[in-house]
Amino acid sequence: MNSIALQGGFTDAAVQSAHAFRASLEAMARPGTLQTVAGATPPAPLSAAAGALLLTLCDGTTPVHLAGAHDCAAVRDWITFHCGAPLVCAEDASFALGSWAALQPVNRFAIGLPDYPDRAATLIVEMDQLEPQGARLTGPGIAAEARLSLPETAAFRANRALFPLGFDCFFTCDNRVAGLPRSTIVEDC
Amino acid sequence: MTAQDYNFAYLDEQTKRMIRRAILKGIAVPGYQVPFASREMPMPYGWGTGGVQVTAACLTPDDTLKVIDQGADDTTNAVSIRKFFQRTAGVAVTEATLDATIIQTRHRIPEAALTEGQILVYQVPIPEPLRFLEPRETETRKMHELEEYGLMHVKLYEDIARHGTIATAYAYPVKVEGRYVMDPSPIPKFDNPKLSGSPAIQLFGAGREQRIYAVPPYTHVVSLDFEDHPFVASKAPHDCDLCGAAESYLDEVITDDQGGRMFVCSDTDFCRTRREAGHVGHLGVPVQGGV
Repeated sequence: MNSIALQGGFTDAAVQSAHAFRASLEAMARPGTLQTVAGATPPAPLSAAAGALLLTLCDGTTPVHLAGAHDCAAVRDWITFHCGAPLVCAEDASFALGSWAALQPVNRFAIGLPDYPDRAATLIVEMDQLEPQGARLTGPGIAAEARLSLPETAAFRANRALFPLGFDCFFTCDNRVAGLPRSTIVEDC
Repeated sequence: MTAQDYNFAYLDEQTKRMIRRAILKGIAVPGYQVPFASREMPMPYGWGTGGVQVTAACLTPDDTLKVIDQGADDTTNAVSIRKFFQRTAGVAVTEATLDATIIQTRHRIPEAALTEGQILVYQVPIPEPLRFLEPRETETRKMHELEEYGLMHVKLYEDIARHGTIATAYAYPVKVEGRYVMDPSPIPKFDNPKLSGSPAIQLFGAGREQRIYAVPPYTHVVSLDFEDHPFVASKAPHDCDLCGAAESYLDEVITDDQGGRMFVCSDTDFCRTRREAGHVGHLGVPVQGGV
């Protein structure tokens, strides 16, 4: 483990994680809105937003799956030091982290059980761009409709069809985060 | 003892992460009760330990907190929870609904319309709407899984058969986004319409029963009823005796042992705001200065 792994965590964990949680709550409760999260400076290729989400939500009780380029020594060491989360295969993960392409096929991830739909994975999808335009979102949390630059729509339509089962997503880019819960109806436009 | 002796907002960070994960899953599956590892809090079960844990997990130092108990800011439960967070989180507090960013409530929804920046946290005693009809958790869980809610309609039908109308006046069951039947906590059914389409985030915490659930903003919430016995949001057929409001939910206050009584707004902030604006009810007196 190198010294880079020891740096970049929250300097004031209680307050910074509280702000990061409120941003992620707003993101998940209002799909399509972009929220700003700060406080974490994780090693590349982790974005600041994804790093803050990991610090806020992950610990020794939440298995994390790293996909593609994110499955590197720097990220592994950083998560191990700051979160203590076990790193596991996709099927066992509570949280999964990577680019949309690296996370494929997404039907590997836990979608919950019919009697415990909460036991589903949360995907943290790292994006090159994140804009409030593109696919049309409707459903809980959205007054009329919202737009979000999703990497595709077919996978999210299939996920919505599983409701109340399904995975939930955060999309991260730099210090911005957007949420897409399984309850959101996604359409091309 | 000073606030520095506690972690911010009392709970340790590991506990907050666990609660925060449960809240996010609750938001993702509106109306579904997410199990969580409820902690012992420095107050008895039944005093709002679930709501306190949800509030503690959501609070930031920038928040302004309001706590109400049956609509009132000045009753024991509200005062003690408000002081708890003043001491352990150092947050600003208010009695004004419009100034608050987080409102913890016991058994009421404020009269003033909530806004997008607000979170309403409910204290819930029995989160399972089917519990008094089916005591076994294994069975109620299966009923939610199969969307088998006929028993709840039988209960409402038995109300009609016995009383002529649906006699359930509080904790009136609702269906969220056409999927889960949910207990809105013991709010009067007068408040049920405010659950639906609210711009605010609504979170429900049941400490003793170890459940968290949520209604995201702009979510469709329907009170269960029958075509020939539609849901009615009822209240006492009076105006507030202090502020004269005709549209607010009222408490009946016994004033003597001769049968004397008065009706006053249950929402103290709403009533005070109206009285300060010059409204005077049947038994009220004009306000000079503040109330």
